[in-house]
Amino acid sequence: MIINQFLLLGAALFSIGVYGVLSRRNAVLVLLSVELMLAAVNINMVAFDRLNQDVMAGGQVFALFIIAVAAAEVGIGIAIVLLIFRNRRSANVDELDLMKL
Amino acid sequence: MSSPLAFVAPLILATAEEEGGHAVEHFGDGGVLAEFAWLIPVVPMVAAFAIAFFGKKSPLKGWGLAWGSMAFVAVYGVALFISNLIEGITYEGAISIGDIGTDASGHTLGLEWGWMVDGLSIMMYMVVGVVGVLVFTYAKSYMEGDIRFTWFFASFALFGGGMLVLVSAPNLIQLIVGWELVGVASYLLIGHYWEEHENSSAAIKAFLTNKVADVGLFIGAIIISLSVGSFRFTDIMEHISHGADHSTLAQYSFWAGVAIFIGAMGKSAQFPLHVWLPDAMAGPTPVSALMHAATMVTAGVYLIGRLFPFYNTPGFADDVRWIIIVIGTLTLFLTGLIALVADDIKKVLAYSTLSQLGYMMVAMGAGAYTAALFHLFTHAFFKSLLFLGAGSVIHAVHSNNMSDMGGLRKYMPQTYTTFMIGSLALAGIFPLAGFWSKDEILASIQYAGSNYTVEQGGAALANFVLVVAIAGAFVTAFYMTRAVSLTFFGKYKGHGHPHESPKMMTYPLIALAGFSVVAGWINIPGVTSFFTDGVAARFLAPGDHHATALNYGLAAVGTLAAVGGIVVGYFLWFADKDTQQERDKFRIPVLYPLLEHKYFIDDFYMDGIVRPLRGPVARAVDWFNGHVIDLVINGAGVLSVRLGKIVYWFDQRGVDGAINASAAAAGGTGGMLRLLQTGRIQQYAFLIVAGTVALVAGFIIF
Repeated sequence: MIINQFLLLGAALFSIGVYGVLSRRNAVLVLLSVELMLAAVNINMVAFDRLNQDVMAGGQVFALFIIAVAAAEVGIGIAIVLLIFRNRRSANVDELDLMKL
Repeated sequence: MSSPLAFVAPLILATAEEEGGHAVEHFGDGGVLAEFAWLIPVVPMVAAFAIAFFGKKSPLKGWGLAWGSMAFVAVYGVALFISNLIEGITYEGAISIGDIGTDASGHTLGLEWGWMVDGLSIMMYMVVGVVGVLVFTYAKSYMEGDIRFTWFFASFALFGGGMLVLVSAPNLIQLIVGWELVGVASYLLIGHYWEEHENSSAAIKAFLTNKVADVGLFIGAIIISLSVGSFRFTDIMEHISHGADHSTLAQYSFWAGVAIFIGAMGKSAQFPLHVWLPDAMAGPTPVSALMHAATMVTAGVYLIGRLFPFYNTPGFADDVRWIIIVIGTLTLFLTGLIALVADDIKKVLAYSTLSQLGYMMVAMGAGAYTAALFHLFTHAFFKSLLFLGAGSVIHAVHSNNMSDMGGLRKYMPQTYTTFMIGSLALAGIFPLAGFWSKDEILASIQYAGSNYTVEQGGAALANFVLVVAIAGAFVTAFYMTRAVSLTFFGKYKGHGHPHESPKMMTYPLIALAGFSVVAGWINIPGVTSFFTDGVAARFLAPGDHHATALNYGLAAVGTLAAVGGIVVGYFLWFADKDTQQERDKFRIPVLYPLLEHKYFIDDFYMDGIVRPLRGPVARAVDWFNGHVIDLVINGAGVLSVRLGKIVYWFDQRGVDGAINASAAAAGGTGGMLRLLQTGRIQQYAFLIVAGTVALVAGFIIF
């Protein structure tokens, strides 16, 4: 099995995700980019699982866990963003310097 | 000494030189009574300090403690005295304190605290205790209402305790400690009414006169101790008992004897160091009574008695005895004459004490150990009686001067009767105490005149002294007649109404009057010899002469002299007329002013020694104070300022600088780090990513 394509895909996807997190202004898009990074990790997980021929299929199980946790995380993230937007009439990450306080 | 508590076995080396013999050859050790005799000096000393610290809070304001301690000493002293009469006691207890180095011949000089229990010290314990307890009883009433009542009894107990430390001393060091304790206590007591300058200067005079004499005692003690190699009296006595031929002490003993005698001259107020004693009357009367009877002035006679074999053994200080006789004779006669012109009743008695101390010293000089101590013993009772009687009179008329008294016998019958007994005992009238002791002294001087041929002219001197001593008996009777006449007879010249003193004052007078009558009967030549046997109980027998039969001729001459004094005194002063005071005013041209000015000795000391020294000394002290002490103090001040400046600089620049710098550093760092905290999530996220990339890159490269 050739793993390189998968790893390159994962790396490209992760880098796009990182770029998105660091550069997008809109909080929703930042969260979306985080999802991209998680997807990249999942690809790596599944790819290495197949490479190692794991009897327990640990990589795939962990990928499923990550998808479930990411769903919950996005749910909370979207809720926070929604509340911030309601309070401030903006979901612009640049203006959210509340963590300074 | 190996064990700290050692019992020194009795050392019997020689028997007394006796005529008829009551040869005391074996003595007991006194048993438990002697073993615990250390309580005698300790109890009054503890009481003195207890009164000083807690006296004011105690119900009797300290008097009870003082009285109790003296009562203890009296009871213990009488018990010892009686057991000493049954069987002679010689016991010496000692606690080693330490060694103070070695002398030239390699002996270690041990420092000890101990208690001597032998005939001589037992006699003194009893006299101090019995006279002390009576005087303390009297003092309670006499000192009532005094502002320093408690302090007075603290000092008074210290006075008695110091004397007992002195008496109980088995070595020269402890004797000096007791000697100085007595000196300090006498200073405190003489200056008790220090509000008047005269009284405090009397206290200083007594202290300084004694200090001058103490130099002699120290020198003598050093010479004796270093040449014998021990401070202990028993060792010194043993050394003397081996004879003068191989003695290291013998070659220095003349000067040692003179030096010790100078010490004794101070405490026992011998001419010309007697000046402090009449001035010591400034203290309260009970102090005078105790000082003149049992403590203080008896110390010098006691010291000579303690070292008697040193003065009596040929080859040692036996030459000094002639000096002692001459000084004693001068004292007994010259001071007796001054008593004739004094107006202050206490001064009359003070000069009388000086005169009697002269008798004691003459007896010591004539080699009559027993006679001297016997006179000390009887004198203690009648002189304390006379002083307490005088105190009772002073208490009643509020004046010391006999010119304010007169006719008091009607107002104060008990004081009058007891004072009369005391005066007759002092004058030496048969059969009172003074008769026996004075007669014994006269007999021993006569014996010295006929038997001692130690030096050329020694016998002639002794015969001359005998004449002076008999004349002294005349003078004694003479001035006592005057004192009694001016005080108790004639018309009352004072103000107010005199009254008899309270019972607490008259009962001690009655008790002492009883002793003044009977005290002489314990040593009647040929009849009783309790006293002689008692004081002969010593490690080394004193080796004195003691008459075993009464010399009727001499006794008759002595009594005649006394009666003559009374008769002449009667004609001069007794006649109960208005002019009684004027009779006292007759003046014999040269003699009278001489006596009034006390032979100008005080003036000589004041103008000849004190004043010429005082100015330069004061100026020197002032210069020293202004130039040396102030310089030191100013220097210290300047130094402090300088040092303060340095410390200020260090504080401002050093300490504060460090603190400010650390604060600024913290502030600066914080200011820089603050820039990092923007609160922007993306910036944080960038830093995380950048850090991760850097780490990954680092792992890959290295």
